[in-house]
Parts: sequence; C-alpha cells; structure tokens
Amino acid sequence: MSTVKSKGTVTIAVETCKGCELCIPACPPAVLTMSSTVNHLGYHYPELADGCTGCAACLLICPDFVFEVFREARSPAAGAAT
Amino acid sequence: MKLVGQQKPELLLTETHHMCPGCGEPLALRGYLEAIQELGLSQRAIAVAGIGCYTSFSMTTDVDLVQALHGRAPSVATGVKRMLPDSIVFTVQGDGDMVNEGLQEVLHTAARGEAVTCILLNNGVFGETGGHMTATSVIGQRTKNTLDGRDADYHGYPILIGDLLAQLQGAAYVARGSVHNAGAVARTKRMFKRAFQTQMDGGFSFVEVLTMCPTGWFIPTSEGPDYMSATLGEVHIMGELKVDGVVKSTDELHEENVRKAAEMEQALARGGIDT
Ligand code: SF4
Ligand code: SF4
Ligand code: SF4
Repeated sequence: MSTVKSKGTVTIAVETCKGCELCIPACPPAVLTMSSTVNHLGYHYPELADGCTGCAACLLICPDFVFEVFREARSPAAGAAT
Repeated sequence: MKLVGQQKPELLLTETHHMCPGCGEPLALRGYLEAIQELGLSQRAIAVAGIGCYTSFSMTTDVDLVQALHGRAPSVATGVKRMLPDSIVFTVQGDGDMVNEGLQEVLHTAARGEAVTCILLNNGVFGETGGHMTATSVIGQRTKNTLDGRDADYHGYPILIGDLLAQLQGAAYVARGSVHNAGAVARTKRMFKRAFQTQMDGGFSFVEVLTMCPTGWFIPTSEGPDYMSATLGEVHIMGELKVDGVVKSTDELHEENVRKAAEMEQALARGGIDT
C-alpha cells in the first residue's frame, strides 16, 4: 500500500502523446516516468506514481494536450500563483 | 478533487494535431485561446493567420479566422479591424512570416498604432519548409543552411523584432514570452491578456513567444527548452518590453525574470500554478 499522500492527480490521454518527454523534468515531485510500452503512434508515454500535487506543470508544458489536472481543495491562504 | 486544468483549450476543436513532438507552438496557442476565452472575447475575436506550421490550426481553431498570405497578416488585420471596430483582431505569425517575408507590414501597423494584436511565434527557423535560417536566428545558431552556425560576417545580425517595435511610438504594449518551462507558459498567457486588454483600450499590442522547434534545430525533443534558453533566450530577452508606452531596459527585464522565476518555483512548491 502507498504511503505517499497525493494532493492532486492527473488523467493522461496516452494515445495522443508524442513521447517528447517535456513533462518528465517539469514535474516538481518527479512522479511521472516514461512507459516501457508504446501507444498506437509508437511513442512511449508518461505514467503517474503516487505523490502528485496537482500543480499543473505537466499540463502547461505538454504540447499535445495529454493532461487534465485535479487538485484537492485547499484553504485560500495556501494560494496558488496567478 | 477539483478540476484545475482542462486537457485542451475550449476554443480548439480537437486534442490531436500535426505538430512535431516537442514543438512549442501548441503551448503558445493554448495561451492565447484561453486568454480570449477567459476575457469573454470568443464571439468578438477574429484571427488572421500567417503561413507556417501553426497554420495547420486554422482549420481547428474555433474563432473566426482569415487566412493571409506570407507576412501580410498585420495589413489584413488592419482592414478587418477598420471595417469591424468592435471585433478583437489578432494575427498569428512565425518569425519567417513576420520578420522575413513581411517585415514592413508589422512595422507600419505598429507605427500607425492600429488597435490590433500581433502574435509572433519565434523559433529562429523556417520550421515548415525544413529548418533554414530566418532573420531572428541568433549568431552561432545551427540551421539547415548555416550548418556551422549563423556567422555575423556572412549572414548578418539577427533582428530583435520585439525591441524594434517597442521603439515605435505607435506601439502601446510589447511583450516577449517564452514556453521553455511551465512558469514561463503561465506568464506568457498573462501577457496575452494584457495585449488584448490594450487592444480594447484602443492601442497596438504585440506579443512575441519563443517556441521550441526541435525538428528544425536537429536536437532531441527533451533538450528543446534548455537549448532555446541558451540560444534564442539569451538574445531575445523575455519580459514586458513596453507597458503603457514606457520602454524597459535590458537590466530591468533581467531583474524581473529572476524575480518571476523565483515566484514560480515557490508557487510550484506550495502546490500549483493557475492554468
Ligand atoms: S500535476 Fe504536477 S505533480 Fe502532478 S503529475 Fe503534473 S507536474 Fe507532476
Ligand atoms: S509532454 Fe505531453 S506529449 Fe510530451 S511526453 Fe509528456 S505527455 Fe507526452
Ligand atoms: S517543424 Fe518546428 S515549428 Fe514546425 S511543427 Fe515541427 S517542431 Fe513545430
């Protein structure tokens, strides 16, 4: 069982991924890794491990619109950058 | 859990597109389409597209769109805006289109202070036709026809179009964004919003965005952002070059970039960027 708490999560539309790997170093907690299998286009795609913060860095840097990001509701004081 | 980031911008009809892996252009596209949507301008917006890889989005962008010839988009935008003054008119052009093929169009449009927004996707190569040098390629940049790097003695110096436009009295807002990391993408979207706001206030606005072209640069996709920061980004400095008619110095831009990057690191550490 996982011990890492996830404050957020993402959906990954693996079939539209083109395997550019821009999302991998963009992820602050490093919870994305490239798959060993390939999608129908022949590209490796990212897979999510526990510990996502829902920060949306992967979505912002992905040229192929692969991610959707969800975040736990937090107190307004925690504040996200605008 | 709450949805904080949608997969694709609502004003784009399909998730899939024909751009190369690691291309920076779709990141800029997301920025301006979301800016239009969030400002409530989707029914008033009219795009004027130039010719380049990004032109493939002309068929899937859900705003009214006119297709211009190479470099002519700012003049077409001028005509559209003068006939339909309530519309929000913006061009989408590459560096080959805007700075090589149609340099005078954007210069005169800015000088006249037309109430339009010109958007430049700058990657320093003619991506669509195979990756050769453009007027914005930086010294030393390797392109298909400068295999040993752009040589100032032989090829001349790059045109820093944002800096040039900022000097024109008719230009009200001039900014240079970049899509080399998530923070820069978010910051570039805010530049788009200010640019459209400037147009609504009656002024000419310009947003240049440095975008990765790993195909044209002959590099692995994962190296695109760092390569861009080390080459184009060192010469075409990111930042709001001119706000309310006041031009900023390079030192001011550098200072602002350091501060903004630190703010973004903190925001990511705290748990998120608003998309
Ligand atoms: S939302 Fe942030 S933490 Fe979660 S996978 Fe994307 S980059 Fe990583
Ligand atoms: S950034 Fe997007 S396209 Fe590139 S590897 Fe990650 S999910 Fe795939
Ligand atoms: S050639 Fe360059 S600009 Fe054109 S789609 Fe490919 S990466 Fe993008």
